[in-house]
Amino acid sequence: MNDIKKDNIVLAEAEAKVESKPEAKVESKSETKVEESEKITVPELLTVTSSPHLRHRDSTRTIMLEVIFALLPALLWGTYVFGLRALLVCIVCAGSCYIAEYVTQLILKRPITVSDCSALLTGLLLGMNLPATAPAWLAIVGSVFAIVIVKQLFGGLGHNVFNPALAARVFLTMAWPSYMTNFTAPFDRLLFSSADAVASATPLASLKHGALPDASLLDMFLGKIGGTIGEVSALFLLLGGVYLLIRKIITWQIPVAYIGTVALLTFLFPQIDGVARWEFMLYEVLAGGLILGAFFMATDYVTSPSTSWGRVIFGAGAGILVVFIRYFGGYPEGVSFSILVMNSLVWYIERITRPRVFGGAKKKHA
Amino acid sequence: MTLSGLAKQFRSGIVDNNPVLIQLLGMCPTLATTTSVSNAIGMGLAATVVLTCSNILISLLRKFIPKQVRIAVFIVIISGFVTAVELLMKAYFYELYGALGIFLPLIVVNCIILARAEAFASKNPVLPSAIDGLSCGIGFTLALIVVASIRELLGNGTFLGFQVFGENYPAAVVFILPAGAFLTLGCVIAAVQTLKNKADAKKSEKEAVAEAVANAAQAAAKEVQE
Repeated sequence: MNDIKKDNIVLAEAEAKVESKPEAKVESKSETKVEESEKITVPELLTVTSSPHLRHRDSTRTIMLEVIFALLPALLWGTYVFGLRALLVCIVCAGSCYIAEYVTQLILKRPITVSDCSALLTGLLLGMNLPATAPAWLAIVGSVFAIVIVKQLFGGLGHNVFNPALAARVFLTMAWPSYMTNFTAPFDRLLFSSADAVASATPLASLKHGALPDASLLDMFLGKIGGTIGEVSALFLLLGGVYLLIRKIITWQIPVAYIGTVALLTFLFPQIDGVARWEFMLYEVLAGGLILGAFFMATDYVTSPSTSWGRVIFGAGAGILVVFIRYFGGYPEGVSFSILVMNSLVWYIERITRPRVFGGAKKKHA
Repeated sequence: MTLSGLAKQFRSGIVDNNPVLIQLLGMCPTLATTTSVSNAIGMGLAATVVLTCSNILISLLRKFIPKQVRIAVFIVIISGFVTAVELLMKAYFYELYGALGIFLPLIVVNCIILARAEAFASKNPVLPSAIDGLSCGIGFTLALIVVASIRELLGNGTFLGFQVFGENYPAAVVFILPAGAFLTLGCVIAAVQTLKNKADAKKSEKEAVAEAVANAAQAAAKEVQE
C-alpha cells in the first residue's frame, strides 16, 4: 500500500510540475497585456497548484463498475435458474436507464454524465428486482421512472433522496401488481416468451401464510427458489457483498445492522409454531430481497448516512421496518419499502450522529 | 376599479396566483378527489360556487363583522353555502354526491375559501370580491382537471369514463392510489414552476432590453442637444 501511495505522490508531483508551466505562461501573458508598461513575469518557482496533490484512481465510474462486477455472479445465477429471458430483462433495464439518463440530461441542458455508469448500475439493480417474466414495456417504464422522476428531477446523481432502482420497483409493484408478482418456478427456464411460465409461490409468500417454504434451507441459500432475478441466490450475493467489503467500496455497518436486526427480531418473535427459532430465523433472512437490499441497495452512497453510527441506525431501522411489514403489512416483502422509508430519514440520522468538531466543546448530557 | 384591473385580477386567480399550483392551497381535496375527471369537475364547481357566494356575502358584510370574531363569522357563512350546495348535489347529482363523499362537507375548511375571505373579500368591495372568488374557483377547477386527467388516463385508461387506450391497456393502478396523487401533483407543480420561471426570465429580459433602449435614446437625445 505504502509503495503505491508513494508512487502516487511522485506522480502527482510530476503532474503538478507539468501542469504548472503552461499556467504560468498564460498568467504572465495576460498580465503583460493588462500592464504593458510594467512587465511583470511570475517566477515559475512561486507558482502553486491547489490541493489535492495525492490522487487515487477511484472515481464514480470505477466504483460503479466494481459494484456492477460484484453483482455479476448473482445475475449469472439468475440467468441459470430462470433462463435467458432473465438476462434480457436486465439488459433492457440497463440500456433504457442509460438512454433515459442521456436524453434527460440533453433536454435539461445538464452536463452529460452517462459515462459514470451510475445509470447502468441503477438499471441492472432494477432488472434484478424484477421477475423473469416481466414484459419489456414494464422494464422500460420502470427504468424511465427511476432515472427521470427519482434521479434527474431531484437534481441528478448525488441529489436524489431515494434509491432510484428501489423507488422504481415500488412504483411498478403498486402500478402493476400482477406483473410484478408473476414468479416462475426455479429451473423452469424461459427463453424469450413468458407465456409458458409456470407460476410458483415464493418462500416469502408461504412465510406470509404461516407455513415454512417447501425449499430446504440449503436450496434457499444456493438460490434454487422462486423470486426476482437477482434476489434468489444468497450465496452469490454474499460473495459479491464480501468482495465490495474487501475492496472498501461499502462499509460493514449497514449490512450487518440490517440483517442482524432482522435475524434478532425473527429469532425473538417467530411466527410459526412448532418450528425451531433458528430455523424460522434463517428462512426469514434468506427469503426475499433482504441480502440483495442490505449489501447493494441500502449501501448506496447518495441515499445512506455518511457517519458510522448513522449507518448502524439506518440499518437497524430498516431491519425493524422489514420485520414489521412482513409480519403485519399487506405486502409479503418489505425490503424495498424499509430502505425507502429510511432513505427519507437520512438527513435526520446524519444530524443526530454528527461528529463533534475536533477541539470543540463536549455536549452536555442532561 | 377599472375594467382592465378587473380583467387582470381575473387572470391572476387562474394563472399568476393559481390557488393550487402556485399558492399550494387546498391540497387535501386536490389529492383526494382527482381520481377521475368527473369527480374533479364536480368538486371544482362546488368549491367555485361556494367561493363566489361567500366572497360576495362577506364583502357585503365586511363593515359589520367585528374583527375579533371574523374567522368564526367567515366559517358560519361558508358552511351555510356548503350545506346548500351539498343538499342541491344530493337532490340532482346523487352519483357525484356519493363519489365525493366526505370531501363535499369538508369544503367548509378548504383553505382557499378562507384565504380569499380573509385576504380579499373582507377588505374589498363586492364586484372585485365576486370576480376574485370566481377566478380563484376556476383556477382551482382547472388545476383539479389537469391532475385528474393525468391520473384517470394513466390509472384507468379512460377520460371522463370513455376508453382512450383500448381494452388491452394495462392500467397503472398506482395513479388512482394516494401515492399516484402525490406523484402527479408534484410533477404538475414542477412543470408549472418551470414554465413560470421561463416566462419570468423572458419578461425581465424584455424589460432589460427596453431599459437599455430607453437609456440609449436618452443618451442620443443629450448628445443632439449638446
